[in-house]
Amino acid sequence: MSVIPFLIVFPFLVGAVLFCIRKNRVRRAFAYCCSVIIIGAVFVLLAQWLAAGAQVMTFYYDTHLADRVILCGEVLLMLLVIVQTIRYRKYWIMLLSIIPTGMMVYLELKGPAVSEVGKIYVDHLSVLMALIIGIIGGLIVIYGAGYMHGYHQHHKEVRDRRYYFFMIIFCFLGAMFGFVFSESLMWIDFFWEVTSICSFLLIGYTQDEVAINNSFRALWMNLFGGVFLAVGIWYFVYTQGSVSLHELVDNGAAGDVLAMIPVAFIAFAALTKAAQLPFSTWLIGAMVAPTPSSALLHSATMVKAGIYVLFRLAPAMAGNLIGFMIAFVGGFTFLLTSFMAIAQSDGKKVLAFSTISNLGLMVACAGMGKPETVWAGVFLMIFHAISKSLLFQDVGATENSLHSRDIEDMHGLINILPRLAVFMLIGIAGMFLAPFGMLIAKWSAFKASIDTGNILMVFFIAFGSATTSFYWTKWMGKLISFSHVGERKFKDITKKNEIISLTIHAILMVLLCMLFPLISTVYVDPLLHEMFGLSTQVLPQSLLYMLVFVILFVFIVPLLAYGYIRQYRRNVKLSYMNGINVGDNKYFVDSFGDNKRLWLSNYYFHNMIGARRLMEPGQLFMTSFLIVMMIMIIGGVVA
Amino acid sequence: MNYIGLVIGYIFLAPFIGGLLDGFDRKISARMQRRVGPPLLQPFYDVIKLFKKQVITVSSAQTFCLLSYLFLMILTGTMFYAGWDILMCFFVMSTAATFLYFAAVVTSSAYATVGGNRELVQMMAYEPAVLLTCVGFYLAEGTFSVGEIAQSEFSNIMYLPGFFVAFVFILTIKMRKSPFDTSTSHHMHQELVKGLTTEMGAQNLAIFQVAEWYENVFLMGVVGLFIINSDPMSIIAAVLVIVAVYFLEILIDNSSARMKMDDMLRLTWLVTLFTAGVNVLVLMLVRIF
Repeated sequence: MSVIPFLIVFPFLVGAVLFCIRKNRVRRAFAYCCSVIIIGAVFVLLAQWLAAGAQVMTFYYDTHLADRVILCGEVLLMLLVIVQTIRYRKYWIMLLSIIPTGMMVYLELKGPAVSEVGKIYVDHLSVLMALIIGIIGGLIVIYGAGYMHGYHQHHKEVRDRRYYFFMIIFCFLGAMFGFVFSESLMWIDFFWEVTSICSFLLIGYTQDEVAINNSFRALWMNLFGGVFLAVGIWYFVYTQGSVSLHELVDNGAAGDVLAMIPVAFIAFAALTKAAQLPFSTWLIGAMVAPTPSSALLHSATMVKAGIYVLFRLAPAMAGNLIGFMIAFVGGFTFLLTSFMAIAQSDGKKVLAFSTISNLGLMVACAGMGKPETVWAGVFLMIFHAISKSLLFQDVGATENSLHSRDIEDMHGLINILPRLAVFMLIGIAGMFLAPFGMLIAKWSAFKASIDTGNILMVFFIAFGSATTSFYWTKWMGKLISFSHVGERKFKDITKKNEIISLTIHAILMVLLCMLFPLISTVYVDPLLHEMFGLSTQVLPQSLLYMLVFVILFVFIVPLLAYGYIRQYRRNVKLSYMNGINVGDNKYFVDSFGDNKRLWLSNYYFHNMIGARRLMEPGQLFMTSFLIVMMIMIIGGVVA
Repeated sequence: MNYIGLVIGYIFLAPFIGGLLDGFDRKISARMQRRVGPPLLQPFYDVIKLFKKQVITVSSAQTFCLLSYLFLMILTGTMFYAGWDILMCFFVMSTAATFLYFAAVVTSSAYATVGGNRELVQMMAYEPAVLLTCVGFYLAEGTFSVGEIAQSEFSNIMYLPGFFVAFVFILTIKMRKSPFDTSTSHHMHQELVKGLTTEMGAQNLAIFQVAEWYENVFLMGVVGLFIINSDPMSIIAAVLVIVAVYFLEILIDNSSARMKMDDMLRLTWLVTLFTAGVNVLVLMLVRIF
């Protein structure tokens, strides 16, 4: 399985080479090839692993050299943070890097002897993560090459540093691969820090004041999580003499009290990565970066790292105080941020809030720690990754052509930019409509939370899914209306590679939807078997058949209806406007007798449920909740 | 066999039952307002006439949306009467409702769009209660399967009075009855302009009407599910309750003034939280002891 070290190291090397190539055309070609290689390598990994029997495998026990390289890497990262914080006079943030790095260096050099573990661990979950990172991440690179070209044509004020941009994106991918395959907590900590710093650098790409502020917010929140991770690892090493992630989870699942504290600390750290309240603001701020990096942060990488850790820890959190803490934070975030999403009209902001909201649901699923909830969480993760990546890329492409990403300006997008509108509709449908996987996952999460008696969660989901439907549906409604900016012509300047990426995403989306029951039995059920050690079939067989039926029906009905209406020629007339139409549907006669433009807008309820109104109380409440819970967990262990 | 009969019955008879209910609705409403009212079969005459009219639309995509709405609505009811998963029924129903919203806004007509947006707020208002009703059934019977719920030993309303209240409450919204009829509220003095249906004419309005009938029969089925149990006699009780609930809706419709949209949202959510919340707590306590 030498493909795994290849997946981890290769992107870093590519990044270094890309940094050196200063010719746009050459760099683009090179980036394409490398992302195709990465996607290919992921499939090779899948094939090799399946050929080897699709079982749990551990490799690389003796890695003295690699350990040293990683140690140097950590010190380098710390130096980078110190330089950056001094440069922008945010001195206190450097502490958040020095402390964990110091702890890790001490552990590595002077710490207690730990039992040897295989550093690389391959199972269903890590292969699944690798598939998501490789395929979605690779496609985002392909998209990004075209997008950044258009971006720099429109944003002359931003210095063209594409060589730097693509370097970081590739490093990011490498770090994510390392993260999901690592068994050693020391390695996990290193890759964790790399992703934190990569996202910091990506968010600050444009180097204007807002970007810099937002990037430092992302930095300190993620580094803050990193401190908790380091403390958790430190405690685990000193009490149990091991750095194995699975040992930690097994001990935790067996009810070992000593494992409680590291599990709680690492789970807490994951909350920062997954941008849960009170740490949600960094992900909202990340929107200032160019779209490919937002797509990357929101769908394939960064936030999924937090979710991945929580899934790993899920068996150790089932039914205890940590699980309650995580599930509550997730559920609360799911509901509150879906409210905030209603009040946004900026397309990217809606996507950002919905990401946080959906992540909340996944976090809650992991926190409840039952096979059914993890099943739901895994599907949420898969569908969310594809849908979100598609939507971000599409909103980015739309913005390039429409010069706006405000949803109100997308009124009638289906007439202005039909291709992009169709992709957007598919992406949004994937997020909440009936046969698509998100909804089935919600069904399962709902059922599992009733089974576990988690009534709070039931209410969170019931109200949260109502608000979720609301903001998606009103967005879709905007897209399909008649255009009221019709007289202005917009040219679809989407590059071919952007369309390629979007098309593959859309096809994946529909395919996954069709193959959903199959994936469940063939892949996700064994995943749960590995995790919980018992074979369960989460969806009853009868429901699977029913699903296939519903899926077929829901796809066929609109098709048939479309075929039916095409046969008829209709008498198309003006819309009803109280008899004061002007001659088309865009104007009416106002009380002065002048022609007035008709402007239709959605409901946003800014004043009732805007982020300004809800964010701070939510953060305060969650902060105090987390403090109390952490004290209770630590106190419970000590006492 | 029983289910197949029910499904076939639903697909073919639901429009007639729904139409008759609609006819009674109009007749009783008229009597409440001291009018004579139209003949009982008037809704059918209306629909037949609508189908015969020349089709004039603002957007040719509207028929597409409405047909999808109709067929998804039929699917919802079919799944319900086939004894399938009730939560899944409501999921499909919400997809159907989404298509109705599309049918309204696809025209970009001012009145239809406002109606559509209000319909969306109504959906947001009733969805928690709908989902929680499913939770109620699950807590009481340990299954989402309609078939198994209908075979329970006792009527579920014994365990689920709070959920029943919540469901009947949101039924008023779902059936677009006053005080919660914001989405189809009339334009002043003109019966013809009616919220999200403003731009639906001829065949399109007929499709909408038929879909509504299917929907009402499905919703009344859910009301009946609260009552029905393994004893065949309970069917009579269920029918009686359905009739009573329908009458109650008509009474509320005729005796209340329209509410503002955000008040509706707040009130509905409060009622849902309170009734369903208390009911859930009691059920949980009963489970523990």
